[in-house]
Amino acid sequence: MHLLKVFWIVSIEKPDIKKLRFDLQIIASWIEAGSKVLDLGCGEGALLHVLKEKKQALCTGIERVESKVGQSIERGLSVLQGDINEEILDYPDDTFDYVILSQTLQQVYEPAKLIQSLLRVGKRGIVSFPNFSHWRIRLQLLLTGYAPITKQLPYEWHDTPNIRVITIKDFRKFSREVGFDILKEVAINTINHERRGNIITFHPNLRATYGIFLIGKGKK
Amino acid sequence: MSEYIEHDKDGISVGLVEKNFFTFAEPPDEMLLENGQKLGPVTIAYETFGQLNADKSNVILVLHALSGDSHVAGYYHEDDPKPGWWDIMVGPGKGIDTDRYFVICSNILGSCMGSTGPSSINPKTEKPYGLDFPFVTIGDMVRAQKKLLDHLGIKKVLSLIGGSIGGMQVLEWCVRFPGMAFSAIPLATTARHSALAIAFNEVARQAIMADPHWRGGNYYDGQKPDLGLAVARMIGHITYLSDESMRLKFGRRLQDKEDFSFNFNADFQVESYLRYQGTKFVERFDANSFLYITKASDYFALDDQHGSGSLVEAFSKAGGKYLVVSFTSDWLYPTYQSKALVQAMKKNGLDVSFCEIEAEWGHDAFLLPNERLNALIKGFLDRVYRETGH
Repeated sequence: MHLLKVFWIVSIEKPDIKKLRFDLQIIASWIEAGSKVLDLGCGEGALLHVLKEKKQALCTGIERVESKVGQSIERGLSVLQGDINEEILDYPDDTFDYVILSQTLQQVYEPAKLIQSLLRVGKRGIVSFPNFSHWRIRLQLLLTGYAPITKQLPYEWHDTPNIRVITIKDFRKFSREVGFDILKEVAINTINHERRGNIITFHPNLRATYGIFLIGKGKK
Repeated sequence: MSEYIEHDKDGISVGLVEKNFFTFAEPPDEMLLENGQKLGPVTIAYETFGQLNADKSNVILVLHALSGDSHVAGYYHEDDPKPGWWDIMVGPGKGIDTDRYFVICSNILGSCMGSTGPSSINPKTEKPYGLDFPFVTIGDMVRAQKKLLDHLGIKKVLSLIGGSIGGMQVLEWCVRFPGMAFSAIPLATTARHSALAIAFNEVARQAIMADPHWRGGNYYDGQKPDLGLAVARMIGHITYLSDESMRLKFGRRLQDKEDFSFNFNADFQVESYLRYQGTKFVERFDANSFLYITKASDYFALDDQHGSGSLVEAFSKAGGKYLVVSFTSDWLYPTYQSKALVQAMKKNGLDVSFCEIEAEWGHDAFLLPNERLNALIKGFLDRVYRETGH
């Protein structure tokens, strides 16, 4: 138990891109050194910690849960406790180079409004979400008739924080409707506690567990 | 708020400290106060903890609240019954680590713990000032602290930390002397004293002034307005607690009895507690200082004084990094007031962290042992220490 604790301390003290969740590793790889970054729903600050220490990024996080905010500040990050939908409103236009919304879009009540705010305060946005059209999900629904439960979306219908189901194709359609540009997209399949994974290029909407999109302001 | 002070349970302490005094504004160069009056000479009592490093870059200025003093931590004598008021936070290896930082705390202008206040001798009359003492503001307190730092040869501080009225001083520092502090930690405070807070202060002041021994503030040669001051303190203590903390701490439990007494003695534990706190307070605090300091906090409105009514504009002058902390059950300076601060900082592009700590102990929570608060302050200071090239 004691050894475990020591290991945990060492692991938070030394940020390492390889120790991040696989989707966060990809997001981290997209961000240039010295960028100004806002992470919406930053949790304990794992991604920001790596970006700060390894890429000298100027990081800010917003997180709702007091204990996670506490842990982030304790590890030397600048993090605000609050609701992402409200907190984002205070920043002047183009305050950040990147605004990250990682695995949170499916929990947002007004996604279009949030994405617009995100692209107002940031020059670019990075949005990731679990892909609801993965073949396992399709198969579960088809064969069992129950609402699907997977590693990526592990909740029963009645206790899930995920109020929306999104597919990779849906997000592309959403970009056209809302009027923002998709600058880059990567579909991934994660294994081994989500730390490792593969990039899926063949039939991503069917085979990927997550979609990650780099987005920019549209022409409108 | 001294009721919580206890010896460190692990025996960790900054050790023996002494109170120092700095006097400036000797006539005819008196200090010009914000209300236009002059005051001099001005003496500021202060204490320091830890070692100042060679380039004077490890300074932390702690700002105390209404009834506090310069004695943040440690002991004056080995047999002192209690250490300083924030001994749980300031000391070797603690949240504010005196092995690393040089901590300074001074008694505020208008107080009665060694700095010039209404109980000090007026050089013109050679008697205590009483109500001849000019009205001082939070801004005046901060300007006196700046004089002290100039005297100590300190040009920049690593961090400013304070709760409640101490937090108001932190905020005042940031907009009045921008660039002077690398960072600031305003705790359980507000940028603008609310009608609720003013109302409680006014009732407390009326209690003092209604005491026949107050005699227009000229009581120093006779009996003091102890009853009035005790009632004022009782009111204060109600605002420092919360519905929840009183329910947990006292409930409707009776004090040393099985049944109601059917007279006006203290039946309930909460009555007994308030009476005790009131009586204890008059032993160490001056009633006129209470009047002056509460009035200074009522006058405090950073937005009006520095931003023509806009808090965003007030902070446009400020720099540095911030950690703002509020407590869920604080109804004297509720979280929305801290959030207004945070919002103004964000709108100015300032680097700000904010945490609303879940605590049931009301406004007093910032003085109580709290692992979260300890870790937040420690982590934040560690970060700004590293970011300033250490």
